[in-house]
Amino acid sequence: MRGMRRSGCLPASERVGGAGLASTRAQVGRDGQGGDVVCAVRDLTKTYPAVRGRRNAPGTPEVRATDGVRIDIRRGEIFGLLGPNGAGKTTLVRQLTGLMRPDRGSVEILGHDIVRHPERAARILAYLGQESTALDELTVSLAAETTGRLRGLDARTARAERDAVLEELGLTALAARPLKKLSGGQRRLACFATALVGERPFLVLDEPTTGMDPVARRAVWGAVDRRRAEHATTVLLVTHNVIEAETVLDRVAVLDRGRVIACDTPAGLKEQVAGEVRLELVWRERAPLDVPEVAALRDRAVESGRRWSLRLSPEEARAAVAAVTGGAAFAALDDFTLATPSLEDVYLALGGSAGSVRGLVKA
Amino acid sequence: MSMRASAAVRNRYKDDSRSEQEPLDVSVVPAEVVPGAARADGSRSVQTEAGARAVADLGPRARLWPALGAVYRAQLSRARVARIPLLFVATFQSVGIMVLMRGVVDGGGEARAVVAGSSVLVVAFVALNLLAQYFGQLRASGGLDHYATLPVPPAAVVLGAAAAYASFTVPGTLVTAVVGSVLFQLPLTHLWILVAVIPLAGAALAGLGAALGLLAPRPELATLLGQLGMSAALLLGVLPPDRLPTVVQWARDLLPSTYGVEALGLTFGPDPDWGVVLLDLAVCAGVGVASLAVATWAYRRAAVR
Ligand SMILES: Nc1ncnc2c1ncn2[C@@H]1O[C@H](COP(=O)(O)OP(=O)(O)OP(=O)(O)O)[C@@H](O)[C@H]1O
Ligand SMILES: [Mg+2]
Repeated sequence: MRGMRRSGCLPASERVGGAGLASTRAQVGRDGQGGDVVCAVRDLTKTYPAVRGRRNAPGTPEVRATDGVRIDIRRGEIFGLLGPNGAGKTTLVRQLTGLMRPDRGSVEILGHDIVRHPERAARILAYLGQESTALDELTVSLAAETTGRLRGLDARTARAERDAVLEELGLTALAARPLKKLSGGQRRLACFATALVGERPFLVLDEPTTGMDPVARRAVWGAVDRRRAEHATTVLLVTHNVIEAETVLDRVAVLDRGRVIACDTPAGLKEQVAGEVRLELVWRERAPLDVPEVAALRDRAVESGRRWSLRLSPEEARAAVAAVTGGAAFAALDDFTLATPSLEDVYLALGGSAGSVRGLVKA
Repeated sequence: MSMRASAAVRNRYKDDSRSEQEPLDVSVVPAEVVPGAARADGSRSVQTEAGARAVADLGPRARLWPALGAVYRAQLSRARVARIPLLFVATFQSVGIMVLMRGVVDGGGEARAVVAGSSVLVVAFVALNLLAQYFGQLRASGGLDHYATLPVPPAAVVLGAAAAYASFTVPGTLVTAVVGSVLFQLPLTHLWILVAVIPLAGAALAGLGAALGLLAPRPELATLLGQLGMSAALLLGVLPPDRLPTVVQWARDLLPSTYGVEALGLTFGPDPDWGVVLLDLAVCAGVGVASLAVATWAYRRAAVR
């Protein structure tokens, strides 16, 4: 429960991170520009009001979707928001993009007060929302061009940037097709393309890679990385994909029920659970609870169907593996994996509600 | 017994495990080569709680007319793809009404009113009904976020969409007016007045439709209001006014499409009073400006929640 009370995420100045790639990159903003903060969020709070029930339909209680959130995002950084469904990620970014007024708190992006001047957000950042309905009936090409025009480009530049971005993302062959007629991943990629036309120093991407295959995902991260190398573009990325978070993010804030429960580099976060290993057990039909060792493990397992997930000390893990691979339990065992902890375990260790961990996908 | 259980002991800290999960080559940007983009282009520096911090210059704003043109073009293209069947429905509906009314009205003023009303009904169907639906759904599904996070004047979004829907009615209105004139033996001489009637009635009705769509709390309600508006345009525009009760005639005077209908109807007459035609069109234009202004306000309100 170490990080429970921490709700903020500020640049860690003294922490010595793991030797991973991510932590090397995380120093770009800090060292280069003297803590050059692109986006500063303080005490951001938003509560969706309760809805009174109508006849037959029950009402909904009020939801505090973001709760005293405090983060600093530095120049050139890929900053992630990780959390299960309903954690408040979209609500948070909608307040950063000027789409929603916070009840309390401040948002400052590149020196501009977005709470007081929400209309300025559109001139600083590009936002890729979770929905694409505004573009659905346009062709990929027209969607990109129109978005560029509406981002203030003249006609010639908009067309040139459209062509360049579609080419870069491998969408040229689909340019004449309406978004509606594309597959889910293709459509998502086309929407991502529109976010890149008309360059912005800050990209806010709400689950950009949902439904994408590895080729499309690589195109997305390649494009992001090029902009970062050439223009020091800063990226705020919403995800609930743990693998994605571990591989592409410089720093990540873990959100749970509206609160930031931890914030660090992925490697730094994993250090918090470094002394532990994760044991995954998959039973053929059901766990053999008549075996005492298995019954004892049950209390510590996060169960999802036939799968058990346990965080254990290395000694405990060794004993557990011995128990399930020898004797009566082995007949009921389908598969098991032993791994060093991932962000998923960090999430658990931080006190994220166990049930919602299943919302974090590994793919 | 076969070995079903397999052990895979992985070490995620190992460097190669990274590339195995996500083949990705992310460059490490040295601090020195990161261009201080905001500062290079002449931005200021302010003192804040966190010390000196650059205030970046804002990106360009999209200007009204180019943005309006871009929205218009995009909306027209999506209307072309998705709405052509509906345009046929609108046209057939109006032609059908005229065929029905042929047995009821006895030529002269009433015939002129029926043809004019049916023609403008096409505009009401598309500009009022379909646009109300469109904005209602766009708002409910979060589609407005796309426009709201682009530096585009609200008026450009509303006017561009309204103009696209209005121009989409042109073929149907034209066909209806010509078929009606032939059906009721009215002169085709002054049909050019449609050049003024369609945009002006279109502006008034599209503004109303957009405002209804953006203000309705739920998308079903937006659809309902759009359809009610169209029904009103049908009943109040097509039925000859002399036969309507006084109260309904007042309602008729309140409906923006009425003035377009009147103007068009007058030009079918033997010797149209152009002064009155102009007056009707002017009222139409006034209502159009007002309703588009309301729609723009409604968009602003809907975009930032
Ligand atoms: N318009 C709304 N009205 C009322 N409650 C809402 C509204 N939008 C979201 N919520 C609630 O606020 C909480 C946070 O929602 P949010 O959409 O920010 O989650 P999220 O982290 O983006 O989830 P996901 O991963 O599914 O996109 C949830 O409990 C949700 O039910
Ligand atoms: Mg979300």
